Amino acid sequence: MSFDLNFIGILIGAIMASSVPLILAASGELITERSGVLNLGVEGMMIIGAISGFALMVVTDNLFFAVIGSMFSGLIISLIFGLLTQSLLTNHVATGLALTIFGIGMSAMIGKNFVGIPGKEFPLLFLSLKESIPFLGPIFFGHSIILYFAFGLPFLTNYFLKKTKTGLIIRAVGDSPTSASNQGINVTLVRYSCILYGGAMCGLAGAYLSLIYTPQWIENMTGGRGWIALALVVFATWSPIKVLIGALIFGGITILQLHMQAVGLRIPVQLLSALPYIMTIIVLVVISRDSRKIKLNTPTSLGQIFYKEK
Amino acid sequence: MEVQLIKIEKRNDVSRSIYFLTPVLAIFLTLFGGGIIFFILGFNPIEALKFFFITPISDLYGLSELLIKATPLCLIAIGLSFCFKSNNWNIGAEGQLIFGGVVGGGVALLFYNHDGFYVLPIIILSGAIGGMLFAMIPAILKTYFNTNEILVSLMLVYVAKLLLDYLVVGPWSNPEGFNFPETRQFSESARMPILFDGLRIHAGIFITLIAVFLSWLILYKTYLGFQIKVSGFSLKTAKYAGFKGKTMIIIVFMISGACAGLAGVGEITGPIGQLHRNISPEYGFTAIIVAFLGRLNPVGIIFASLIVALTYLGAETAQIFLQVPKYTGQVFQGMILFFLLGSDYLLFFKIKFLGFKKNEL
Repeated sequence: MSFDLNFIGILIGAIMASSVPLILAASGELITERSGVLNLGVEGMMIIGAISGFALMVVTDNLFFAVIGSMFSGLIISLIFGLLTQSLLTNHVATGLALTIFGIGMSAMIGKNFVGIPGKEFPLLFLSLKESIPFLGPIFFGHSIILYFAFGLPFLTNYFLKKTKTGLIIRAVGDSPTSASNQGINVTLVRYSCILYGGAMCGLAGAYLSLIYTPQWIENMTGGRGWIALALVVFATWSPIKVLIGALIFGGITILQLHMQAVGLRIPVQLLSALPYIMTIIVLVVISRDSRKIKLNTPTSLGQIFYKEK
Repeated sequence: MEVQLIKIEKRNDVSRSIYFLTPVLAIFLTLFGGGIIFFILGFNPIEALKFFFITPISDLYGLSELLIKATPLCLIAIGLSFCFKSNNWNIGAEGQLIFGGVVGGGVALLFYNHDGFYVLPIIILSGAIGGMLFAMIPAILKTYFNTNEILVSLMLVYVAKLLLDYLVVGPWSNPEGFNFPETRQFSESARMPILFDGLRIHAGIFITLIAVFLSWLILYKTYLGFQIKVSGFSLKTAKYAGFKGKTMIIIVFMISGACAGLAGVGEITGPIGQLHRNISPEYGFTAIIVAFLGRLNPVGIIFASLIVALTYLGAETAQIFLQVPKYTGQVFQGMILFFLLGSDYLLFFKIKFLGFKKNEL
């Protein structure tokens, strides 16, 4: 019996690990969207983070530089989005799409020389505790530091948005940029900062994939996770804690379908692989059906261009 | 002493000439940006750009290849222009293309070794219907369940890709194909006629041209086109005018899905001739750029599709001569859209150069 229990613990640990990139990217995007900016470039920023993290790991042989560098490159590429949408007042949707197309192309271009290079072992914390405690060990211990950070992040984000002055300013900018601006808040600056923060988090999410989750570089390795992260923000009705829950559900579906494939059920592999995407659609339908609830929680100025006459 | 070099002023009206000139500016800026990237990669930028944009179309075969790539791009972008003009963000054209290809391909396999003039039209029609039905999923979910069409249409791309993968590996794979993930080659009756001997250009180009003409007719000469335009400018106005918003949303998605499905069927009955895993090099996504670059205007889209098709060919040539990955094309496509959107700033704002004058207090 204890063996079975331990297996379930390992399974839960695996689900947690697979939800990490979703939590990181969605938490970052949540802050961006709360400030009224819809950045559809999550997938592009993640893949740039994945390749720059991996490339820096290979070149510098230092995981710390790799992780910091991936966040920095996510930030740099989101700066393009910021410049366009905030300073040149471009359409958020189109700019975000351009960012994703550009990011995927750029990552493949940089990554050409890094295909097939094995990754480095990322240090995992509390490995001895993982082995010695059944069930709870594999759930709570033996993870990378990024996983612990990711699981704390939604709570931090929640506190930040609800209890701090800066959080209040961000929400004000997202809900009514004009009034915020009349109060003397620099709307453009706030939105820039939120975009850059989102970019850094997406970069980190990408690095988690290429450094820890599947430590290698594969073209297009984010495989739609950026889009699922975007869906998660809607699913969570812009609440950080619900992002965590949603990410765990999607992580669960991913791990479940991998196990079903491994067991060799007579269900086509492709149907199982399609499950996370189909589930995303179903969940979106269920959540969005109540249009009042969505409207109540959506940042009012989401995706709208703000221009202040000087 | 305060010195002000430039002054930015809001324009009162959008000038039409600038509206169509900014795409040209965006293309030049992209060439410039591309030159810088090639320089960083250690190539002579002028040489590299020549390989990218001139070598591929310096002979008749190259020009025919350009048209082959522009044919689906233009067709999909025409469909997307209906959606984008009315503020419906269908970004899953890639999925609609694949699903259209799957349905058309299924019918083509059904008619295997079957002769008759009616075979090809039936295949083409079924592909269009396939794409149309697939596009109706996000449309219906948007209109009746308030679901975000961007996310749904995009998720369906992955579903369509996996469906195609399942079919070509499993039930539809070629019985004599040594387990390669592909179907049989379609019979001659199921293939698009080739227009010139020795070139690959096929009759699919006529479908695209007809679509361009029809879209112009619908957008500028019908009530539906008027509704689409008004909804694009202001949803509130459209509501006051009493337009049936839901029906319009479903119709624009149907049009754009049908166009994407036609593009898919054109690919599999044209240059490919069978179903396999990669029936589209992301035409559905690239067409979004084509639609914007062409200013959502039928004629503009024709020119834009030729230019963007060139980035595909250029990436292939550059891959051979410069050993850069074929994804370089995507970098160029992303840059075009960045610069295009950025240069739109000039539409709404005037930049005045004041020179070194002292500011009067």
